[in-house]
Amino acid sequence: METIKDIIAFLMDRKKYWLIPVVLALMILGVLLIFAEGSAIAPFVYPFF
Amino acid sequence: MKILGISAYYHDSAASISIHGKIIAAAQEERYTRIKNDPSFPSHAIWYCLEKADVTLEELDAIAFYDKPFLKFERLIENYYANAPKGFLSFITAVPVWLRKKLFLKDIIRRELKDINNGKKTTVKLLFPEHHLSHAASAFFPSPFESAAIVTLDGMGEWCTAGIYSGKGNQIEVFKELHYPHSIGLLYSSFTYFLGFKVNSGEYKLMGLAPYGNSKDIPPYINIIKNELVEVYEDGSIWLAPEYFSYTTTLKMIPIPKWESLFNIKKRNPEENIEQQHCNIALAIQKVTEEIILKIAAHAKAITKSEYLCLAGGVALNCVANGKLMQSDLFKEIYIQPAAGDAGGAIGAALAAHYIYFNKKRNNEVEDIMPNAYLGDDFDNESIKNYLHKKNAKYHLYNEETLVEKTVELLLEKNIIGWFQGRMEFGPRALGMRSILADARTPEMQKKINLNIKYRESFRPFAPIVLEEDAFKLFDLSQTSPYMGIVTALKEKYLNPIPKTFEKYTLAEKQAHQQSDFPAITHVDGSARIQTVSKNPDTRIRKLLEQFKAASGTGILVNTSFNVRGEPIVRTPKDAYTCFMATEMDALVIGNFILLKEEQPEQNRIHRKTFNPD
Repeated sequence: METIKDIIAFLMDRKKYWLIPVVLALMILGVLLIFAEGSAIAPFVYPFF
Repeated sequence: MKILGISAYYHDSAASISIHGKIIAAAQEERYTRIKNDPSFPSHAIWYCLEKADVTLEELDAIAFYDKPFLKFERLIENYYANAPKGFLSFITAVPVWLRKKLFLKDIIRRELKDINNGKKTTVKLLFPEHHLSHAASAFFPSPFESAAIVTLDGMGEWCTAGIYSGKGNQIEVFKELHYPHSIGLLYSSFTYFLGFKVNSGEYKLMGLAPYGNSKDIPPYINIIKNELVEVYEDGSIWLAPEYFSYTTTLKMIPIPKWESLFNIKKRNPEENIEQQHCNIALAIQKVTEEIILKIAAHAKAITKSEYLCLAGGVALNCVANGKLMQSDLFKEIYIQPAAGDAGGAIGAALAAHYIYFNKKRNNEVEDIMPNAYLGDDFDNESIKNYLHKKNAKYHLYNEETLVEKTVELLLEKNIIGWFQGRMEFGPRALGMRSILADARTPEMQKKINLNIKYRESFRPFAPIVLEEDAFKLFDLSQTSPYMGIVTALKEKYLNPIPKTFEKYTLAEKQAHQQSDFPAITHVDGSARIQTVSKNPDTRIRKLLEQFKAASGTGILVNTSFNVRGEPIVRTPKDAYTCFMATEMDALVIGNFILLKEEQPEQNRIHRKTFNPD
């Protein structure tokens, strides 16, 4: 709950309202991926994330 | 004011603790877990910091994490949104990691700290200074300057990949930032990858390889780099051509076939032979990087109107570029944070919280607030002896004076010494506390240490550790270099003439050429990465150099980190003895004990065949 509040405060502060639907859509997709993800993903060469 | 600084989850996780604005302790997690560049939560390092400072978690005023996770997530999302549908594979790799963990960092940190806090979740305030602000703070606050220009350079933080700041008193003002995906660090790392070294740790190998390049052969490569890959502007900002960099959308740094046709050479795979063309490409990107850094520094000076410069961020570990910066005389003096990479973010975050967030006064004229980077564990003679007894190791115990005398004798007899004294250094460099030492005048020493002690590539140079007063006589140096952050040339009178056909020599022949009177520390271009040792503080390494000077005429030794390839620097007597027994090191000087290899029990010998790639 604290994280969601923090994210909303962050988006308001950054005034990037257009990101809200994008973040929501991508998060839904992301949650689906957590359930569906396989294990054979190539190792990443740089920790971008 | 007591603040714990943390860097974690990307690479080189670390912790530090500051009390009243002074760093009391700092350590990298890798030294405890023995996993090089360990990115995991630095629980061991935090334990150590709290214990050393004699502070409980609940007594802290704040915990500062070295970057802003939401801002990083914003960059990630905008990047995928901008590139969609490209980048889907990268997206499905990254987003679950974020949704499971990194987005909930506050909670994760509190949970991770539970064990340290007797099973209770901590309620201490959590702060998240920006990644590059943490770097800037790590460079400016420990510097001796009241005001200075600050330049930060790395692969990337949240959005920022390079920044120009102005530091004054206890505040840091942002002047300019370069944003992702345009990054000097990622440009250099792309070449690291193309030339067969590991991204994020092999960059210093690329830097070491560059001097083997032939100056007359590099203009075509520089043209390719500047015409096709990167646009360099007058203020030092850069624009990377997106078609030649794939890290925004794929799981690779670069599109390999495009680079292969651009440079007309196959990507080198790790452990493959190094050819002259590889060296030439390394030299070309090193030169371009130096040009960019010099332009940024000149611009920083122009807009901040400062006479002093502070540097941090992974690219500030490029000590060849730092040396060029020193020689440019743009600034009166340069301070380079010894832990310039992400580990140093733990120090920067703590100091940023103390000075900027809590608005505490800075008083740097009085003392060094991160004392010589000697911030790690130390072990007394009693605990060393207990370990040696446990191993049935044969040792000789001396008082300090005799210990130093005996060590000098061993060095003069061309022995290679493991040197373990006092508090462990913070940052990637061994600064005379966890070092391997040898006589710099011995021609075969570089090859011997590379192949028989460190088990690493023979082209890699070693750095000198030198008495401060001798450094100015031996090297083209205009300031001290206590943290081994500057590469500069030996004075001409110590250099041997370079044969006319030198550029036609093979890599092995170049290595075999004796460059100077101090061949073990002189790189192929007559340069060296210097660590100067001053009278203050009065350390045992200082005494050793003084005694060595009395015996040999010059206070200079080979100094390389006490570890083998792919392993972190040793932390404990156990690590030191294990490393000593697994290599061809001749003697171990640990606390007040000297151990000779030939006297050690045969069953203690360790025969290693494989080493982790580094």
